[in-house]
Formats: sequence, structure tokens, C-alpha cells
Amino acid sequence: MSGAAVVMIIAVVLIVLGLVFFLVSTIVELRKVADGLDEVIAGVGQIVEKSAPVNGIVNSINEQLDAGVDLLEGLLVKKAGLSDAMGLIDSVYPGAAAAGLRNFPESTQVDAPRIGEVYTKGTLTLARLGREAPIAAASPAGEVLRNVEGGSLAARQLYPSVRHTRPENLPRSPVIGTDAPVQYEQRDDIGAPRKRRPT
Amino acid sequence: MTLWWIGDAVLLLVILPVVVYLLRGVLEAARSIVPTVNEIATTAAAGSKDLDAGALLLTTEQQVKDTVAGVANYGGSLDVIVDDAEQR
Repeated sequence: MSGAAVVMIIAVVLIVLGLVFFLVSTIVELRKVADGLDEVIAGVGQIVEKSAPVNGIVNSINEQLDAGVDLLEGLLVKKAGLSDAMGLIDSVYPGAAAAGLRNFPESTQVDAPRIGEVYTKGTLTLARLGREAPIAAASPAGEVLRNVEGGSLAARQLYPSVRHTRPENLPRSPVIGTDAPVQYEQRDDIGAPRKRRPT
Repeated sequence: MTLWWIGDAVLLLVILPVVVYLLRGVLEAARSIVPTVNEIATTAAAGSKDLDAGALLLTTEQQVKDTVAGVANYGGSLDVIVDDAEQR
């Protein structure tokens, strides 16, 4: 065998050894990739399984909340009117009136009255309660208007209670029963037959 | 005989380096995938763990239903108590 043939064989053997080394190493790495992908598939499977009912539940929650919003918007506009409703909303949440009501697109065009600066919240609530509310009997031009130094006092003075005057002592409730500090003798005539007048 | 030596030279100086270069590139590419796949597996496991609270949505749904039902009851009562804006 000539020297050239021996070198050829050695070269081929080297190439084959290189192929074996790199291909085996590649196979090992690809096995690691496959194992990692198995873990990924398990995790993704759990994600899919856990998130499957989320869509339905969130849609259900949104439907419930939509119904609540429709109810409250409709009730507010029905009872207060669109203009006052927007004023109420803007008084409680300043700037919210600009967004308008979802079911009343025209609400964005309403010039909301500045209700929050005119009435106290309590007064406004009482005024909305109708004819039987004590505030409804008073003139809006009187004490109903907001008093910046004592806003709630104007509303409380409409009630017969004297607590808002901060008295030192309020009248005590009477104590009754056998342990009461004041005992009254039982009258014999109570429960007895009525005396008849002589004929 | 000269052609034999030329063939040997080509094998050792051209084909062998090219084969090694190409196979090494494949091996490095395969090795670079492994850490990425491991990170994805870790992220997927963490995402799965984050979704454990998803079961609480059932409680949230029930509470929303109860709350809206309560609001509806209040609304019905207010509808009876308070005059409509058009009637005032």
C-alpha cells in the first residue's frame, strides 16, 4: 500500500471521527431541547387548562356589571332628569360628566349644573326624596343653600332634634320596673268595678 | 500517484475543515437553544402559577351577581319612593 493511500485512509477516518463527534454532541443538545420543550408543553398545558374558564367568567361579570350600570344610569336619569343627573355625577366625581352616560349619548352635550357647590350632599339627597322630606318644605333660597362654614348644620336645623345645639344635658329616659328609683303605690281603684251612682 | 496526493491534500486541507466548521455551527446553534428553552419552561411554569388565582374569579362572579342583585333591589325601592323627574 502506498503512502498516499494510507494518508487518504487517515483523512477519511479523521472526517468520520469529526462527523461522529459533532453529530453525537448535536444529538445530546437536541435531547436537552426536547426535554425542555416537554416542560414547556406541560406548563403551557396548565396555562390553557387554568385560563379556559376565565373568558366565560369575565364575560359573565361584565354582563352583570353592564346590567348594573344600565340600571343605575336609567334610574338616575329617570329620577333626577338628565341635566341634574349629570350635575350630580359631576358634583360627586368632578370631571366625570364630560364622559357622559353610556346609555345616554346626548348626556355629553348637557351643560351640567354645578349642584355640588349649591347644595350639601345630605340636603340634595333629602330634596330628591320627594314631598315628605322635611327639606322639600323649605325654600331653596333659605337655609337649604350651602353654608360654607357649617354646611351640614343648615340641614340639621330643619329637624326638631336639639342635639345639634350641643346642650350640656339631654333629658334622661324614665326608669321603670321594680328597681326604678321612683316607685309609685298601686292604686286600688284601678281595675276595680266602676262605682255606680245612686239612683 | 500525484493525483492521490492532491486528493489527500484536498481532503485534509479543504473538506475536513469545511465539515468541522459546518458541524460546529450546527452544534453551537443547538447549544444556544437549550438555555432559551429552559427560560421558556420557567416562564410557562411561573405563568401557570400566576393563574392559580383564576379560580377566585368564580367567587368574584358570585359576589358581583349578589352586589348587582342588591343594587337592583335598592333601585326598585328607590323607583317606588322617589318621584320621577317629569312628575316634579
